[in-house]
Amino acid sequence: MSETTATADGPPEAPAGTAALEISGLSITYRTGGVDRPAVQDVSLRITPGEAYGLVGESGSGKSTVALAVVRYLPRNGRVSAGSITVAGQDVLGLSRGRLRELRARSISMVYQEPTRALNPSLRVGAQVAEVFALGGMDARERQDATAQMLGKVRIADPAAVMRRYPHELSGGMAQRVVIAMALAASPELLILDEPTTALDATVEAEVLDLIASLRAEFGTSVLFISHNLAVIAKVCDRVGVLYAGSMIEEGAAGTVFRKPAHPYTVGLLRSVPRRGQRKDHGPLPVIPGFLPRPDEVGAGCVFASRCPLVVEQCRTSAPPPFEVEPGRVSRCYRWAEAENEMEEGTDAADTVSDAAVPDGLLTPSAEPLVNPPGAVSAVPPPVIALRHVSKTFHGGVQALSDVSLEVIAGQTLGIVGESGSGKTTLARVLLGLIPPDPGSEVALDGVALAPSAQRRPLAQLRALQIVFQNADSALNRRHSVRWLLSQPLARLAGLSGAALRARLNELVAEVRLEQRHLPLRPAQLSGGLKQRVAIARAFGGGPEVVVCDEPTSALDVSVQAAILNLLADLQRRERVTYLFISHDLGVVRYLSDRIVVLYLGRVMEDGPAEAVFDGPHHPYTEALLSAVPQLDGVVADRIRLDGEIPSAASPPDGCVFHTRCPRRLASGICETTPPPVLDADDGHSIRCHIPPAELRSLQGGTL
Amino acid sequence: MTISQTAPAPAAAPLAAAPPRWRRLTRKPTFLVGAAILLFWVVCAIAGSSIAPDSPLAQSLLATNAAPSAAHWFGTDQLGRDVLSRVLVGSRDILIITPLATVLGTVCGTALGLAMGYFGGVLDAVASRLVEAVLALPSVMVAFLFIVALGPSELTLIIVIGFIFTPLIARTVRAAVLAERHLDYLPAARLLGAGAWSVMVMEILPNVLPAVLVEFSVRLGYAIFTVATLSFLGFGIQPPTPDWGSDIAANYGVLAAGYWWETLFPALAIASLIIAINLITDSLEQVTGS
Repeated sequence: MSETTATADGPPEAPAGTAALEISGLSITYRTGGVDRPAVQDVSLRITPGEAYGLVGESGSGKSTVALAVVRYLPRNGRVSAGSITVAGQDVLGLSRGRLRELRARSISMVYQEPTRALNPSLRVGAQVAEVFALGGMDARERQDATAQMLGKVRIADPAAVMRRYPHELSGGMAQRVVIAMALAASPELLILDEPTTALDATVEAEVLDLIASLRAEFGTSVLFISHNLAVIAKVCDRVGVLYAGSMIEEGAAGTVFRKPAHPYTVGLLRSVPRRGQRKDHGPLPVIPGFLPRPDEVGAGCVFASRCPLVVEQCRTSAPPPFEVEPGRVSRCYRWAEAENEMEEGTDAADTVSDAAVPDGLLTPSAEPLVNPPGAVSAVPPPVIALRHVSKTFHGGVQALSDVSLEVIAGQTLGIVGESGSGKTTLARVLLGLIPPDPGSEVALDGVALAPSAQRRPLAQLRALQIVFQNADSALNRRHSVRWLLSQPLARLAGLSGAALRARLNELVAEVRLEQRHLPLRPAQLSGGLKQRVAIARAFGGGPEVVVCDEPTSALDVSVQAAILNLLADLQRRERVTYLFISHDLGVVRYLSDRIVVLYLGRVMEDGPAEAVFDGPHHPYTEALLSAVPQLDGVVADRIRLDGEIPSAASPPDGCVFHTRCPRRLASGICETTPPPVLDADDGHSIRCHIPPAELRSLQGGTL
Repeated sequence: MTISQTAPAPAAAPLAAAPPRWRRLTRKPTFLVGAAILLFWVVCAIAGSSIAPDSPLAQSLLATNAAPSAAHWFGTDQLGRDVLSRVLVGSRDILIITPLATVLGTVCGTALGLAMGYFGGVLDAVASRLVEAVLALPSVMVAFLFIVALGPSELTLIIVIGFIFTPLIARTVRAAVLAERHLDYLPAARLLGAGAWSVMVMEILPNVLPAVLVEFSVRLGYAIFTVATLSFLGFGIQPPTPDWGSDIAANYGVLAAGYWWETLFPALAIASLIIAINLITDSLEQVTGS
């Protein structure tokens, strides 16, 4: 059976024999409201033994549905309406209950996004991993040894100690290693990884990806890797399939697809990620217009027709068949040959815009001269925010911030970077008055000291400082309409009412590119991007001076992220607002920031103009962060590996807090004993390290 | 008829919030059955005296303990009063007292629970211990104390039951508020200058309202049972006012003599009302997902 399908539509390069996973013509429907709605349509793919296959797509593209169907875990209302799934020669859809159990136990393993949820919180790690071996029929002693061995294979340094711990005692990266160990313990033919690194920090993500790559080499397991992150897929996978609205629109070798995409959607996706060195004054990021249609809303034509820049009449009337671009490379686009040019043209266009248009040219939009005071651009802009010796100690001696001093210049963006646990969010909350800092800390706005608690701050100060939270679902009250939510800042902070409020509300809605029809809706009725626009509009409603953006795009798809970043950049230009932009995504930070502060364990490690921080010399921690980011263009710098875990903030290491993980720790031992000085690398660029900046530069000569 | 039909609806409709939910509710057969029974008793409570075949108070010493017949469908009691009439009219006081008592308990409990959950700290610690202390007392004993102190009256019953329900409802609401407290819309509201009062009422309350609504209907069922119990024990609605609980108390002595109808029909009335409310509660719980 597998042979016939292989000859029918398998890529020529695929070796004959049993594929680890073969999906052909798969269609899946979900029954909602008594109607079967298609979620996946006619998807075919084949993973050969030992191959890593990446499935890319934005939320709603159907990638997780495909993965669930492979193990027959579709929700009750989901149904495979056509096609077949074969795992290691077995027809998954036709298996009996017992055989299916067998298949799930031995042939397929899955790793999900949230490692802590995949582990049973009340079982010790050792017992959980051993369970897998117990299913394989091992006795107790063998299980112990096999478990320790397996944990060693996923590079856990002290397996015996980790086995005695409970899942909540593990860090995210460690927990994901344990999950991967469990997944591999059954030596499955197929390993399905569903966004396995999305919940992890970049440094940890890099380690997990390295681990997956080396385990593949060791075990020869086939991998189905699902992710929305193109760069991650590019790093791990041999071949890649791009899903859009439930259809596989492009497939091919990972390198080629990302270098020379043959479908306009792939092009759009690639272009919407801020590329290395791209900045807000280079002009807006290219976005894909419109919204992802639900698969059942797509008519007879191409699924992407409604948003495609290359659309022709034919696209709207008949769905394009898979075109073989080159051997093993398929695109469902009539104009695939032109798609790649679109990428080039797009790049050129963006570049020429950036070269030709001076940022100041964009600063004066003809329509709105607005409130740009003539003296705003003076020679030495005063800091709008100044933090002096800010510390924050939580109960139990956890020092989230330690003697942080920084300034933000009016109208600029200060990017704040660091792993989780570095104190980024605490810093934002202290500034906003949501958490009082320790006594002795000074937080000033326009030179005036701010009260530690928001309740004690006068209205003008509240109005001046606003925030856009990471998760709009949490930040918007789900019981209120968009109109109510946006009226709040206008009524409370701007003091508007009646007709004036309505007029300003309409302006505000237009400024964030929402529409009037969204006003009566509740947040749950909006897409993720629209919700974040509502949150942004609320922050801007009172006319703020400073807006804190706490990972505002990390919950969004890349194409939506681009639109939100453009909106933020645009609002900053027009309203001259200052941003404190917190993100773990260095590409995003670089795009928006004028200055960057790197935090580690609540301490400022590096502070400087964005370009200087990215160009170097870097603090060794910054260097490690930068090298952890997977790059789409395939240029792989020598990875700086960070050893070990981020230490506990309750008992930070002596000397330099980073010395436990520092790849450039000095042999003299000074790093372990003496806190490092802050040294100036350049004008306004300072690094907290024992190694002088000049020496750091020569050490880092190879990178970037 | 039309008046009474709209009467129960507005009480629930504003709480049920989104119209789709309301429509999902009216599509549930369990809800429809419950609502129909409740509606029947509401009609009886409002228009009982005109529907009833006889006066519930009219004694007929010539026809005491008469078995159910064409003249007296539910028979007569020891004083020859028509049981059917007494059952129909007997719905009035209980349907006045219990909703008012439950509303009182729900309003006080919600306010207390909101404050406990929102402010936390010392207020929450102290109030939580008080709540536990009240809950530790048997509720009938608390009721006796009140009634003995204040004298049995409808107002006393309302206050007593409201008081007993307040800590129960406060505890539920507090838990619902705690689930909201980690959400970012609360700091967002504070940054817009909203004070504690408006954060609690405008931001949190709408989100805990489904839980409050369910709690209200659960407590309403308990309230009916409590009033009937107190009446049975002689601490509730006082004779000769027709009332199911006191009628059972008055007549269960002659049950052994074979006069079953005098006890059974008021008992069925209590059961039907409680079942109706539970059916409505279940549907509400399913629809609000709490």
